[in-house]
Amino acid sequence: MRNATLRKGPTLMPEPVDAIVEVRGVSKSYGNVEALRGIDLDFPRGKLTSLLGPSGCGKTTLLKIIAGLVNADAGTISVNGRTVSKPGPERAFVFQDFALLPWATVLRNVAFGLELRGKAAAEREKIARHYIGEVGLAGFEDKYPHELSGGMRQRVGLARALSVDADVLLLDEPFSAVDEQNRRKFQEDLIRLRTTQNKTFIFVTHSIEEAVYISDRIVLLSPRPGRISQIIEPEIDRSVDPDRIHRDKHYLDTVEEIWQGLKQYVD
Amino acid sequence: MAGVGTEGGAISLAPSTGRSDAGRWQDNPTLLRVLSVVLFAGIWQIAGMIPVSFAFPTFVDTFTAFLGMIADGSLPKAYLSTLQPLILGVVLSTFLGVGVGTLCGLWRTGEWLFIPIFIVLQAAPVAAFIPMVTFIYGIGMTAKTLAVMILALPVIVLNTYKAVRNVNVSLIAMCQSFLGTRWQVVSRIILPDASPVIFAGLRLGVAAGFVGVVLAELLITPTGIGDLITFHRSRANYAAMYATIASIIALSTLTLVALEWVETRMFRPEKRGA
Repeated sequence: MRNATLRKGPTLMPEPVDAIVEVRGVSKSYGNVEALRGIDLDFPRGKLTSLLGPSGCGKTTLLKIIAGLVNADAGTISVNGRTVSKPGPERAFVFQDFALLPWATVLRNVAFGLELRGKAAAEREKIARHYIGEVGLAGFEDKYPHELSGGMRQRVGLARALSVDADVLLLDEPFSAVDEQNRRKFQEDLIRLRTTQNKTFIFVTHSIEEAVYISDRIVLLSPRPGRISQIIEPEIDRSVDPDRIHRDKHYLDTVEEIWQGLKQYVD
Repeated sequence: MAGVGTEGGAISLAPSTGRSDAGRWQDNPTLLRVLSVVLFAGIWQIAGMIPVSFAFPTFVDTFTAFLGMIADGSLPKAYLSTLQPLILGVVLSTFLGVGVGTLCGLWRTGEWLFIPIFIVLQAAPVAAFIPMVTFIYGIGMTAKTLAVMILALPVIVLNTYKAVRNVNVSLIAMCQSFLGTRWQVVSRIILPDASPVIFAGLRLGVAAGFVGVVLAELLITPTGIGDLITFHRSRANYAAMYATIASIIALSTLTLVALEWVETRMFRPEKRGA
């Protein structure tokens, strides 16, 4: 494990070789509540970065600002070197509550992003079918969301985000509404998908185990106001059997260290 | 979270619909519906035979009178006169009501301008307006159409407005994050998501439209179904009077069933099996 935090102040973070998303001086308040204060952060291309912290640390707010769904009070977000303030084709979002159209089949839900972009029906359904297969839902194309389990619904959400071919996938606590068994399976699948899809993932979670299990880099946020407290890069070999990761010494040590760091914020 | 809640609700309801394959008569919906009608007709027949009142005909007499009025052409002729303002008024109320309601749901200024008017209209005993409408527009088609619209419009506008206001915000965020335009958010998220409540309003509105047209014909313009009811009552021909009343109730019910069919067919296909 490597601790990448060399600073508490606003400078001196080691510049990653290639940052696809750059967050500069982002602050956000909701009324009197300061959700985020002066966030500077780089997300390396092709990596999975987790935003981890207790509730109220502003991790979802930061993700939604990166997505362009929430406006920051101050600061800028740039993606591929271009400043952005609205949703764009280079980013795709996976929602905590799945946000599937209840009146549309799995196929139409997965193809919905392409439908909005005006792609022809035959073409978008071909792409959608491919990603439905990728997330392991082949055979469920004509089902409606209420006929699926929570885990399967989130697979639909993931396939929808994959099929618009964005560079960056933003996942907002995607497994929090999924039961534990499905969550484990889904995490394994996500590790596998990362090797085939060549995307940058930004992942919000409140589960330390989940963050250590799947992330290349973990950004720890502290609450009230939300600030970066630590950046950790767990060096875990994920090419091995996924079940072995849970017993890996690095894995267990990292989980313990993060817990020691976060303990003080838990009330 | 609202979305998740409703989906969870749908799942918990599923077993009760799946029970029908047990094959017992209690679980056969078509049989039960027929039985319900037969039971009603039977009680009516017995009540008529007692008789409850000399002005209360039996079911068989009423049904015979119904066939007689079809045969002599008086019922079809009355419906021809009633249906024109009714259909016109209901169609106008539907489009105007859903349009105004959607606009008020999306646009704050519109909400403040229009919603209070419809709240007052819904609270008011609008039947009292009908003589006033006659006073202004006479006893023709315009007055009858207006009577339909006065009754149908408020409930359609208010339901649409509430439905649009309470659309699942997560779905809107989803549409925006996948680069949906404002128009796409309205047409592909807000209207389909609001459609169950909009259709509930339409069902109430259409039923109110039937009330409006019959009221107008009873109170002001002696034509159509209203006139037929008044005519047979004045001649103490109660079987024919009841047949006319029953026929307009049946038509109103069939219209509502058709509306529900359109809803599940066109807007909420996921409810078709349920």
